[in-house]
Amino acid sequence: MGKGVWIVAEQREGAFRKVSFELASTARKLADQLGEEVSAVLLGSGVEGIAGQLGKYGVDKVFVADNAAFEPYTTDAHAAAVAKIVKENDPSILLLAASAQGKDLAARLVGKLATGMASDCTDIKIDGGKLVAVRPMYAGKCYGEVVVSGSPQMASLRPNVFPVVESAKAGAVNKFDAGLDAAALKTKVLEVQKETGGTIDVSEANIIVSGGRGMKGPEGYGILEELAGVLKAAVGASRAAVDAGWRPLKDQVGQTGKTVSPNLYIACGISGAIQHLAGMSSSKYIVAINKDPEAPIFQKADYGIVDDLFKVVPEMTKECKKLLAE
Amino acid sequence: MNIIACVKQVPDTEALIKAKPDGSGIVEEGIKWVMNPYDEFGVEEALKMKEKFGGDVTIITVGPPRVMETIRTALAMGAEKGIHIDDPSLYGADAYATATALAAAIKGIPYDIIFCGQRAIDDDSGQVGAVLAELLGIPQVTIVTKLEVADKAVKVVRPIEGAQLVIQSPMPCVVTAQKGLNEPRYASLPGIMKAKKKPVEVKNAAALGITAESKAKVVKTVPPPARPPGKIIEGDDPALKAATVCKLLREEAKVI
Ligand SMILES: Cc1cc2nc3c(=O)[nH]c(=O)nc-3n(C[C@H](O)[C@H](O)[C@H](O)COP(=O)(O)OP(=O)(O)OC[C@H]3O[C@@H](n4cnc5c(N)ncnc54)[C@H](O)[C@@H]3O)c2cc1C
Ligand SMILES: Nc1ncnc2c1ncn2[C@@H]1O[C@H](COP(=O)(O)O)[C@@H](O)[C@H]1O
Repeated sequence: MGKGVWIVAEQREGAFRKVSFELASTARKLADQLGEEVSAVLLGSGVEGIAGQLGKYGVDKVFVADNAAFEPYTTDAHAAAVAKIVKENDPSILLLAASAQGKDLAARLVGKLATGMASDCTDIKIDGGKLVAVRPMYAGKCYGEVVVSGSPQMASLRPNVFPVVESAKAGAVNKFDAGLDAAALKTKVLEVQKETGGTIDVSEANIIVSGGRGMKGPEGYGILEELAGVLKAAVGASRAAVDAGWRPLKDQVGQTGKTVSPNLYIACGISGAIQHLAGMSSSKYIVAINKDPEAPIFQKADYGIVDDLFKVVPEMTKECKKLLAE
Repeated sequence: MNIIACVKQVPDTEALIKAKPDGSGIVEEGIKWVMNPYDEFGVEEALKMKEKFGGDVTIITVGPPRVMETIRTALAMGAEKGIHIDDPSLYGADAYATATALAAAIKGIPYDIIFCGQRAIDDDSGQVGAVLAELLGIPQVTIVTKLEVADKAVKVVRPIEGAQLVIQSPMPCVVTAQKGLNEPRYASLPGIMKAKKKPVEVKNAAALGITAESKAKVVKTVPPPARPPGKIIEGDDPALKAATVCKLLREEAKVI
């Protein structure tokens, strides 16, 4: 059994994703309980300059490998580099983000390190010196407590669930040679097509204003976009709305869409089918606006309004504008 | 083209899932079992590829006897043959053990491409495709919403937060399917009749020369954390109710 709590930090275009700080803060907490150190792996091109930032969130050491092959992300390059440094250092715990990139990388590492992983965890603790990871299963209809007998004990953490805590540590930067074998880099990113219009992706938003069949048509979403604009929120959708062609697939929340955990989820004209709840029930606060008092969404909502959303939402926009100006 | 699709049988998305009171798993009685929805996309893409380039589609499943029904569903959709890996040591196995079994079965047959679902909706773990690719020593492209084949390579679209990536991978490779890839077909009545006569090999761990050892174990299954009961904002005036909820969000919940 190895020693040390490790994270794989995630950055894009030279800036850390917020989830990296969530990983660091969580790793710090676990390491303190174990009396061990926190180390982070950082891969990229020209990223040495940002490595030190991780110290602020409790990382003792940062292992940085700089290589043009790391940008943009490919499984081949990143998995080879992380597996190499992890094998050399033999940590007891390895944490990654359950982000698009993290999910792809973490699963490949399970293979490379021949270990086990608890995916997309919402809670994590140490019990008897072992990692116990808590994760939604069956689309959140029940939760499992997972123990990993392989080494390292791997877990990926659902973004936006774990708190970011400052606890300054050395954050000492160590460079390492990833020893990449060019012949082993088989996949190639041909193109990165960025979403235009500066909209926030539902999987990253702190606030989501989401609409379902109750929006009546694509035009209905105008009032949601206005509210989202005021709250700096993303606009989400139910599958009914996506299947009807009112909203793009990338906005779909639920079992066959995205799993989201914003601080606030405002469900408008969404009935709360089990497959929709699967994608959003770990949101911190849920508001439901639906004219049917029996709609199942009200059972998950912290605050509910039984009324016509076309009357309520524009009033909320006005009110939020006022409150936020104060 | 030799195409493989890995499918898992899972509870229907509508199924009521309850943790057993002693925490040892879920209550399985009364559950309707179906093909994992993401695997339907994988099977559909496999069939489309076969129709375009020729060849055949092999379905592989690890699970107890009941999963034979899901193999038959895939055969009824149009796949040629199935491999059913049935061994009690693999029931409820983790990703590494499951992928080890799949890899052992696949190593014995020719393949150009392997489809998996991006995630099975029972364990929601999203690992098997990538572990399988590693064990076979081939590349992976995960969570794919579009696929084209040209010159022994695939070109896929993979959505990430705020962008879409266009990725090229040589074949053979593992592709994990995401919603958007296609519209899965239904099995036709003649398809269902034909499926009954299609060959399915049943193998256990010993026949594959593997010993299954799960390294990630669910030690306890519990109901989801309870949410505190919500508040319904009473009243007849929509504007007033809207104002009240905004105030609560700001002052009580402190989220705006
Ligand atoms: C395999 C599978 C996977 C699925 N995956 C997903 C998924 O990922 N995400 C998902 O969302 N669904 C998913 N579904 C579909 C799911 O079962 C529901 O059909 C869907 O969520 C319903 O969407 P909805 O709530 O928008 O529509 P409805 O259920 O039709 O609800 C519309 C609601 O709007 C309310 N309403 C109407 N007009 C107004 C108004 N003027 N003011 C206020 N309220 C109003 C109505 O009272 C009603 O409650 C899946 C289903 C299956 C079988
Ligand atoms: N028992 C199994 N038999 C066959 N394929 C499986 C099995 N478990 C997982 N898979 C494949 O791997 C994908 C991801 O599963 P998971 O990693 O369990 O979320 C599934 O969509 C299937 O394609």
